[in-house]
Amino acid sequence: MTKEDIKKVVLEIISEIAPDEDLSNVQSDVRLREQLDLDSMDFLDIVMELRKKHGIEVPEEDYQQLASLDSCADYLTPKFAGAGA
Amino acid sequence: MEESKGDSAFDTIIIGCGMAGLAAGIRLAMFGKRVVILEKHNAPGGLNSFYFQGGRKFDVGLHAVTNFVERGRGTPLGTLLRQLRLPWDAFKLCPQNSSRIAFPGANLKFTNEFAVLESEVAREFPGDIDAFRALRKLVLEHDALNLEGKVTSARKIVSGIVANPVLQDMLFCPLMYYGSARERDMDFDQFVTLWKAIFEEGFSRPLEGVRVIIRALLDRYRSLGGVRKMRCAVKRILTDGSEAKGVELESGELLTARQIISTAGLPETEVLCGADRNAGTVQSNVGRLSFGETISFLSEEPSAMGCDETIVFFNDSERFHYEQAAQPFDLRSGVICIPNNYKYPGNQALPEGILRITGIASHDYWTGIDEKTYRREKGEWFPRIVSSALRFLPGMKPDAVEAKTVYRDMFTPRTIEKYTSRFGGAVYGAPEKAKNGQTAWKNLFIAGTDQGFLGIVGAMLSGISIANRNVLMGKDR
Repeated sequence: MTKEDIKKVVLEIISEIAPDEDLSNVQSDVRLREQLDLDSMDFLDIVMELRKKHGIEVPEEDYQQLASLDSCADYLTPKFAGAGA
Repeated sequence: MEESKGDSAFDTIIIGCGMAGLAAGIRLAMFGKRVVILEKHNAPGGLNSFYFQGGRKFDVGLHAVTNFVERGRGTPLGTLLRQLRLPWDAFKLCPQNSSRIAFPGANLKFTNEFAVLESEVAREFPGDIDAFRALRKLVLEHDALNLEGKVTSARKIVSGIVANPVLQDMLFCPLMYYGSARERDMDFDQFVTLWKAIFEEGFSRPLEGVRVIIRALLDRYRSLGGVRKMRCAVKRILTDGSEAKGVELESGELLTARQIISTAGLPETEVLCGADRNAGTVQSNVGRLSFGETISFLSEEPSAMGCDETIVFFNDSERFHYEQAAQPFDLRSGVICIPNNYKYPGNQALPEGILRITGIASHDYWTGIDEKTYRREKGEWFPRIVSSALRFLPGMKPDAVEAKTVYRDMFTPRTIEKYTSRFGGAVYGAPEKAKNGQTAWKNLFIAGTDQGFLGIVGAMLSGISIANRNVLMGKDR
């Protein structure tokens, strides 16, 4: 899975968690919380959906790696590779 | 899951099908947990339930859904709807008209716009308005949802800022009545939570009452594959050393689980785990406050009779006494709720006028008398309670209310204890809360009233928080 694919996966999850957010102009290199109305409970849901949908584990101490789409892609790439996706 | 264990082995058992249990169940089912909710009664809702009688629908508990906001993230209501993935209009909430705190010689009107209360305080207590604003600033800066927060006396903090004891009491009155398990004082976290829920956000209600909310939660839980067993009382929680293993039902059936979330209450859960109900450690944490309520159905809309207010918190004494009732019913203070007086959309209206009056009542008195005396005493106290409250509704004349009452019912601490299984009929549960949900057993958690978030919205957030923190993020998942 490419980094662009992973960004799409994350955006898809956010659209399920927060259906009222406009995701059409999300900047990859800007923190998600600065662009969208997301709180720590929403980030928990991103982690839970990654596990449920893709079998990927994100330990609590790594939640900060999910701050922006770019950092999500960097952090999750080896995990997706490891999960055989 | 091991297939062979069939219908008796779960990831999580939730005790109690109230707001907290359902919200926790939805969160866990959403992420593929095998979860079961066990409920002793045939009706869901717990402390906020409903019943049918005389062809009429009655809400129990719910006067108002607090925390009302039109829309807006970062609010408790917004957070909970998103966490449960329910749409904004799922609960069909309609805002209140206006409410009031009525004390001898002073009235403070408030609505869902904070500015109204602020101007009322400036009008009634011009010398205290700066102190009131300073208190509000402190409240807004305080993080009351910190699950590791220490218990501090709200009375101490508030009296250190607002010197006027009448204003102090007037601010405490609605907050205590809508959630304090402690007599005379409350935890500052709870003061802040309720201040925001009542004064900053406000009151609302679905036209059809609490069952709209319960139905939305049940539908969501069912659609996620959650299992629910009604009329299914837990006899005991099975423990082994520092771990909970499962539950034994009254029927003798055994269910096992990796975690248990109990919304039954803290002392009640300890007894389910084998503690002696009469042990000092259990008794000392049984709430001392219970309530009674009269419900009058009227042939006319209350607004046509001269009252369009939603909730009135009243007190007739020099100081406000929030403490265990020395009389069967403490007539000095109480809460009047008129469910007709919400802004329902279009021409929608309740079929009849409803006047509910809630006050502090003595658990020991109402549970200590035989059935015949109980019926007679209810009949005698009913008109006393109504006329005591009507002193604070100048628009509604006692004679007119009496003449237009077409149906009446009354509940007491005896009713509350029977239907909620709360020791002492303590609606707001134990004075000492389990804020982080933890118990002496590492995989048994408390959610709901005795975790400490208050009101309907608080109860649901409690279920969500405990499910998130202790099950979804927990090590043993």
